[in-house]
Amino acid sequence: MFNYSFRWNQAFQSLPDMLQGALVTLEVAVLSMILGILFAILLTSFRLSGNRVLRGITTTWVEVARNTPALFQIYMAFFGLAGLGIAITGWTQPHLGFAVDLRLSPYVALLAGITFNNAGYLHENFRGALKAIPDTQTRSARSLGMSAPQAFGYVVMPQMLRISFLPMTNQFVWAILMTSLGAVISMNSDLFGVTDNLVKINFRTFEMFAIAAVIFYVMTKIVTLSARLIAARLFRY
Amino acid sequence: MIEIEKVRKSFGPLEVLKGIDLTVAKGEVLTVIGGSGSGKSTLLTCINGLEPIDSGRILVDGVEVHAKSTNLNKLRQKIGIVFQQWNAFPHLTVLENVMLAPRKVLGRSKAEAEAEAEKQLKHVGLGDKLSVYPARLSGGQQQRMAIARALAMGPSYMLFDEVTSALDPMLVGEVLDTLRLLASEGMTMICVTHEMKFAREVSDRVAFFHQGIMAEIAPPEELFGAPKTAELEKFLAATH
Repeated sequence: MFNYSFRWNQAFQSLPDMLQGALVTLEVAVLSMILGILFAILLTSFRLSGNRVLRGITTTWVEVARNTPALFQIYMAFFGLAGLGIAITGWTQPHLGFAVDLRLSPYVALLAGITFNNAGYLHENFRGALKAIPDTQTRSARSLGMSAPQAFGYVVMPQMLRISFLPMTNQFVWAILMTSLGAVISMNSDLFGVTDNLVKINFRTFEMFAIAAVIFYVMTKIVTLSARLIAARLFRY
Repeated sequence: MIEIEKVRKSFGPLEVLKGIDLTVAKGEVLTVIGGSGSGKSTLLTCINGLEPIDSGRILVDGVEVHAKSTNLNKLRQKIGIVFQQWNAFPHLTVLENVMLAPRKVLGRSKAEAEAEAEKQLKHVGLGDKLSVYPARLSGGQQQRMAIARALAMGPSYMLFDEVTSALDPMLVGEVLDTLRLLASEGMTMICVTHEMKFAREVSDRVAFFHQGIMAEIAPPEELFGAPKTAELEKFLAATH
């Protein structure tokens, strides 16, 4: 029979811990966005460089990031890299004399996995934004004596970042939600991890996860609303 | 001095420049007229190395533009070019548009670049628009800003590629006035244009391009007064 009774008071006692977890979640999301944007810019310049090897790196990264589950990407950052380190050490140990340690902490692995995913999607946002910028902008910049990287960095990139600003906030929201996947690699300091751990102690499953869901919702709403406010200020031209 | 020797250039199967020979002396104002597709705009983009050429050579102050060893970024500092589409950098204010290249390419300090940009913008009559974004400017004002932006690099040569063709007829005058001002100050200029009256007025020589060939070149009175080729006669009849 169904005899679960709600005990919200008990669940709410965990709120301070959960908010602490929410801060960690936000921290991971922010860092993964900053790193993701930097990597996406790097991937974009690789693609535009005309060098076949560099273009190949971009294509591979983007294809894997967009066509495999984010869960897989985080899993690979944690277990996959660690396994690879062991394998490398195993093959080369006699010559190397030291172990190749690719084991990442859950925090770093989660950050790496989400960053990888972000960079792939953001690269595609940037690609779309670049299509909206006429070639003649580069031409003008080059005719003023700027090198190709200068033309990209000072003329094209700022416009690209502004055009893709709102699509980027989508990815930010997605990054916040992706932190919950840290559960599979024993991440326990983020919002989902903290909640999951506390549920194992107080058994207020529904209440706790409902509260966590509301916190997630509020966080993402704040992000989208503030992005809109920032955009209104940025898009002055 | 700009020396153009036997320059040929094709886009795929289409040969747009069929052996051009032309020398532009320091201080000269040359206008280039001719129908669309006659190769006149292509020639300008070849002079500053934005387009490669198939054969022949172009020398700017004795430096071969298309030689492998030529540092194009450096060479372009002395060849300003303004296009039909003015291409203001929309994310920068008018002042910042003009300051950008002097700061990043010439390494000028902020104060220096700002003073120079202000001077150039006043020169083209935009002294009151410094902190405005280009979207707020009319086409003519944006085009004048593009001219100031090129001038701020302190070029020895200015190339103008149909700079009034995309403008509202009402705004053509103000841009032509700016060009007249530059010409009167002794700037070496090559202007590709469809403004015959302007060509007649400011040019030392006028060149008529037809299907990739420089069919005629002469001082304006001569070229407009007594066209030698049937093509030029036809062209002039059509533009009046």
